[in-house]
Amino acid sequence: MLAFVIRRLVQALVVMVSVGLIAFALFQFVGDPVNNLMGQEATPEQRAQLRADLGLDQSAFVQFARFAGNAVRGEFGLSLRQGRKVSALIAERLPATLELAFVAAVLALVLGIPMGVVAALRRGHPLSQALMAFSLIGVSLPTFLIGILLILLFATALNWLPSFGRGEVVQLGFWSTGLLTVDGWRHLVLPAVTLALFQLALIMRLVRAEMLEVLQTDYIKFARARGLPERTVHFGHALKNTLVPVMTITGLQLGGLIAFALITETVFQWPGMGLLFVQAVQFADIPVMAAYLCLISLIFVVINLVVDLLYFAVDPRLRVDRAVAAH
Amino acid sequence: MAEFVPDPQPPGPSVVPEVAGFWRRFLDGDLWYSFRQSPIAQVASLLVLITVFCALFAPWVAPHDPFDLATVELADAGLPPAWLDGGNARFLLGTDEQGRDILSALMYGSRISLFVGMAAVVLSLLVGVALGLLAGFAGGYVDAFIMRVCDVMLSFPAILVALLIDGVGRALFPNAHDTLAFTVLILAIALTGWVKYARTVRGSTMVERHKEYVQAARVIGVAPWRIMGRHVLPNVMGPVLVLATIDVASAVIIEATLSFLGVGVPPTSPSLGTLIRIGNDHLFSGEWWITVFPGAMLMIIALSVNLLGDWLRDALNPRLL
Repeated sequence: MLAFVIRRLVQALVVMVSVGLIAFALFQFVGDPVNNLMGQEATPEQRAQLRADLGLDQSAFVQFARFAGNAVRGEFGLSLRQGRKVSALIAERLPATLELAFVAAVLALVLGIPMGVVAALRRGHPLSQALMAFSLIGVSLPTFLIGILLILLFATALNWLPSFGRGEVVQLGFWSTGLLTVDGWRHLVLPAVTLALFQLALIMRLVRAEMLEVLQTDYIKFARARGLPERTVHFGHALKNTLVPVMTITGLQLGGLIAFALITETVFQWPGMGLLFVQAVQFADIPVMAAYLCLISLIFVVINLVVDLLYFAVDPRLRVDRAVAAH
Repeated sequence: MAEFVPDPQPPGPSVVPEVAGFWRRFLDGDLWYSFRQSPIAQVASLLVLITVFCALFAPWVAPHDPFDLATVELADAGLPPAWLDGGNARFLLGTDEQGRDILSALMYGSRISLFVGMAAVVLSLLVGVALGLLAGFAGGYVDAFIMRVCDVMLSFPAILVALLIDGVGRALFPNAHDTLAFTVLILAIALTGWVKYARTVRGSTMVERHKEYVQAARVIGVAPWRIMGRHVLPNVMGPVLVLATIDVASAVIIEATLSFLGVGVPPTSPSLGTLIRIGNDHLFSGEWWITVFPGAMLMIIALSVNLLGDWLRDALNPRLL
C-alpha cells in the first residue's frame, strides 16, 4: 500500500515537473525581455546590468529553479495583454469555472446513473432505446454546437433564459458566487446543461454497459436463486458493483469538465478561466497560458491521484493482488 | 467500402486475378453480408459518400463560388433560405452577412474540414504506429518511456492539448501566414491523436513478437527493422485502421472546435467551425440559418462517420482497446 502510494506520488511529481519545463520553455519563446524593457537607446552596459539584475545571465537550470519556485507560489508575472498580475486574473476567474463545473458534474451524475440503470434493466424497451439514441447524439455532438443550439432554442426563440454572462453575483470574501441569486441560477442553467450533456451521455453508456455485464455474473444468478426480490438484486448487488469503474471514470471526467468548460465559457461568454485561456491563446499571451497550463495540470494530477487511491480503498480485490505481487 | 477491409496478405505479383479474387471474396464475405443486414450502416455510408463527393468536387458541384469576390454581391447579404419569405431561389440555403451562398460555403467548408481531419488522422496514424511498433518490439526502457508519455498525454483532454500546441505555434510564428496556420492546426490535432494508435499497435506487437513466424525470421537472420516493417506491421494494422476511420470524426470535431474558438484555420478559407463562429455573431439578429446549416452539416459528418465506424468495428470485431 505504502509503496503504491509513494510510486504514484513520484509519478505525479514527474508529471508536474515536465509540465513546469514546458511552461518554462514557453517563456523562452517570447523573445528577449531585456529588449522589451529597455528600448532602443540603452547601452550594452545597461543591458548587461539589467540582464544580471533579472538573473537572465545564470544557467538555464538556475533560471528554471527560480521559475518553479515562483510557480509554486502562484506567481507567473504580468499578462502581456492586460498588464495585470496573472495570479490575480486567475483568482478572479476561478470561482466562475469551478461553480459551472460543479453544477455540471452533479447534473451529469444525478441524471446519468439512473438513466444508465434504466437502459440496462429495460433492454429493448422503447424508452431505453430512446435513451441510447439520445446518448449517441450526446457523445457525437461537439460541445459548442450543443451550446449554440440551446441558445437558439431557449434564449432567442423562446426567450426563457439569458444566454451570456454570469448575471448577478454575490461576493463572499474573495469568492464571487452566482449560486445565491435567482438571476445567477438562471444564467447558470444553459451553460451547465451544455457542459453536462457529454458527461451525462458518457456516464449513462458506461453504467449501462457495466450493469449488463454484472447482471450476467454468477453471484447475481445466485442472489436470484436465493429468492431475493429483484429490487434488492438490482440495486443492492448489481448497481453497487457497477459503481466502482463508474467512480474512476467520473473522477477523471471531472478534470475533463474543467477543460471542456473553456468551450462552454466561450459560447456563453462565461467569465471563467477557460475564456481567459482561449483569449490568451488567440493573442499568444504566454504568462497566462503557462499559468493556466500549470493550474490545470495540477488539478488533473491531483484528481488522478485521488481516484487511484480511492479505487484502492473501495475495491478489496485490488489490495490483495497488490499485496501478493509485492512479495 | 473495399479500402476498409484489412488484408493481412501483402499484394502478390500478379495483380489482376488478385483483385478479381478480392472482389469475389468481399462479396461472398461476412462483411458484405453484415452491411446488407444493417440499414444504419447503409444510410451512414450513403451520407458519408455524398459528403465526401460534395467536398471533393466542391468547385464543380457548388452553385456559387463563395470566395470569388467578383460574383459575391452585398445586395444579396442576409437572405433567408429559399423556402422562407424573402428567400431567393438562387440561394437554396440563404446567404450570410457578406452575401455568400451558404450551400456553397458548406461544400467548400466540408472540403477544408475533411482535409484537415484526414491529414491529421494520417499523420497521427504514422506517428502512433511507428512509436507503438517500436515500443512493442524494443521493450525495456524505450517501451517504458513511450508508454509514460502516452499516460501523460491521455490524462489531458485532446482539445486542451491541441489548443496548447496551437498556442505555442502561434507564439513561435507570430506572423504566420495561411499555409503555416494550416500546418500548425494539423500538427496540433495529429500530436494529440497518436496515443491510441501507439497503445493498440504496441499491444498487438507484443503478441505478434512471440509468434513463430517472427522467430523464424529472426533465426534466418532478418534484420529487426525489416521484421518490424515487413512481417509484424501488416499483422497489427487491421484494428488500427478501424480506429482511424472513427477518428476522422473526432479530428473533424476538434478542428471545428478550434476554428470556433478562433484559433483554427485562417478566416479566408473558412471550415465548418469557422462558419459556425461567423453565424454565432448573427444569432441574435434572427439570422439562424448562417449557424444552423453548418452545424447540421458537422452533425451529419460526425454521426454518420461514428455510426459507420461502430458498425465496422462490430462487423470485423478486431481487438480494439
